[in-house]
Amino acid sequence: MQFLDELFSLLLATSFDILPIAVIIFGFQFLVIRKRIRNLKKVLTGMLYVLIGITFFLLGLEQALFPIGRSMAEQLTNPEFLQTVRLTTGELHWQDYYWVYIFAFAIGAGTTIAEPALIAVAMKANEVSAGAIGVWGLRIAVAIGVAFGLALGSYRIVEGIPMHYFIIVGYVIVVIQTFFSPKLIVPLAYDSGGVTTSTVTVPLVAALGLGLAETVPGRSALIDGFGLIAFASLCPIISVMAYAQLSELKDARTLKKQLNEDYYVNRAGNKPKK
Amino acid sequence: MKQTLQLFTKALFGSMRDLLPIVLVIAFFQIIVLQQTPENLPQIFTGLLFVVLGLTFFIFGLEQGLFPIGESMAHAFASKGSVFWLLTFGFSLGFGTTIAEPALIAVADEAAQVAAEAGLIELSEHAMESYASGLRITVALSVGFAIALGVLRIILNWSLQYIIMIGYVMVIVMTGFAPDEIIGIAYDSGGVTTSTITVPLVTALGIGLASSIGGRNPMLDGFGLIAFASLFPIIFVLGYGMIF
Repeated sequence: MQFLDELFSLLLATSFDILPIAVIIFGFQFLVIRKRIRNLKKVLTGMLYVLIGITFFLLGLEQALFPIGRSMAEQLTNPEFLQTVRLTTGELHWQDYYWVYIFAFAIGAGTTIAEPALIAVAMKANEVSAGAIGVWGLRIAVAIGVAFGLALGSYRIVEGIPMHYFIIVGYVIVVIQTFFSPKLIVPLAYDSGGVTTSTVTVPLVAALGLGLAETVPGRSALIDGFGLIAFASLCPIISVMAYAQLSELKDARTLKKQLNEDYYVNRAGNKPKK
Repeated sequence: MKQTLQLFTKALFGSMRDLLPIVLVIAFFQIIVLQQTPENLPQIFTGLLFVVLGLTFFIFGLEQGLFPIGESMAHAFASKGSVFWLLTFGFSLGFGTTIAEPALIAVADEAAQVAAEAGLIELSEHAMESYASGLRITVALSVGFAIALGVLRIILNWSLQYIIMIGYVMVIVMTGFAPDEIIGIAYDSGGVTTSTITVPLVTALGIGLASSIGGRNPMLDGFGLIAFASLFPIIFVLGYGMIF
C-alpha cells in the first residue's frame, strides 16, 4: 500500500516535470507553425510512456543505483578492508585507497565505451575527417578521458583538495590544446564532454562521490562530495583533442617519410613512386 | 503493431546494455575484491528492474512521440528564417528538455538532502523541495539561454572557442566569489544536464540549422550547442549560489 502511495505521488510530480515539454510542443505548433500535428495519437502515447518511464526510473534509482553507489564507497573505504589491502604503514595515506580509484576508472571506462550517443558521434567524425579520426580511436579516447577523470576526481575527494584548482588547470590545458588541434575536431571535442555522462551513470557517480566524502575521515559531503561528474565532463575534452593531435602527428610523419622516399628515389634517377 | 513491438524490444535491449557494464563492474568488485554480498540484494534487484523498465519506457516514448515531432519542429524553425522565433524556440527547447531530465531531478534532490543535513537549509520537506526546484529551474534557464546563444552563434558565424574561453574565464572569476558549498554542485550541473532528452533534439536543431544556412559546415557549426549547454549551467548555478 505504501508502495502504491509512493508510486502515485511520484507519478504526479513527474507529470509536472514533463508539462513544460507538452506546453512548448503544442504552443509552438498551434501558435507559430500553425499546422496540425501529424500522428497526434502517437505523440500523446509517447508522452505517456515518457511519464511512466521517468517515474519507474526514479523509483529504481532510489532503490538500487543510489544505494549501490554509496555502499560501494563505504565498503571500499571501510577501515577493516583497507587494513587488508593497504600499501603504507602508520596513518592512512591516499595511496591506500587505490581500489577506489580502480573502481572509479572501471565504471568510467565501462559505461562510456558502450554509450550509443558516443558511437553515433564517432562514426560521424570518422566520415567527416575522411578516415583520419578512427571510430574506435575516438571511442577509446573518450572512455579513457572519462575513466581518468573519475579516478582523478575520487583522488581529489580522498585528499580533500579544492576542486577548482583541478578545473582551472584543466581549462588552461583545453585552451592551449584548442590552438594546436585540427580545427574540425574542436567543436566535437567540446561536445564530447557533455555527451558522455548518461542518465544511468550520473546518479551512480554522484552517489559514489557523496559516499566517499561521507566515509573518508575529515571530508564533508557538501564541500567535497560533488565534482566527479565535472571531472568526467572535462577530461574527455582533453583526451579527444590529444587523440586528434596524435593522429595528425602520425599522418604528418607518414607523409614526410613518403616524401623522403620519393626524394631518394628521384635522386637515384628512377620515376617517383605514386 | 509489429513495428511498435520491435521498437520496444530495441529500447529494452538498449537500456539493459546501458546498465550491463555497471552491473559487471560492481559484481566483479563485490565478488573478487571485497568478497562480500550486499545485504539488501533483493531490494537492489527490484530496483535495477525498475531502472531497466523505466529507461525502456522513457526511451521508447521519446523515440515514438517526442523525437520525431521535436526534430520536425527544429527543421521547420531552422528553415523558417525568423531569428526571433528561432531563438525563442531554442530557449524553450533547452528549458523544457532540461526540467524533465531524470538525472537532474535525481541529483538536485540529492544536493538538497546533503545541504539540509549540513544545516545549510532547513531540514524540512518543504525547504528541501524548494532548494531542489530552485536548482533545477536555474539549470534549465541556463540551458535555455545556452541553446539560444548557440543558435545565434551559428546564424552570426561567431567562433566557438572564443565564447567558450570567455565562459571559462567567467567560471574561474566567479569561483573566487561563490560560497564553497555551491562550487562542486555548480561544476557538476554542467555534465548532468545534457543527457537523454536534450542531446538528440539539440543536435538535430544545430545540424538542421547549419545545413539550411548556406556555406556552413554541419561538422563545424552543428556541433558546439552541447558544449554551451554544459558550460552555462556552471556560470548560472555559481551566480545562484552567490545571490542566495
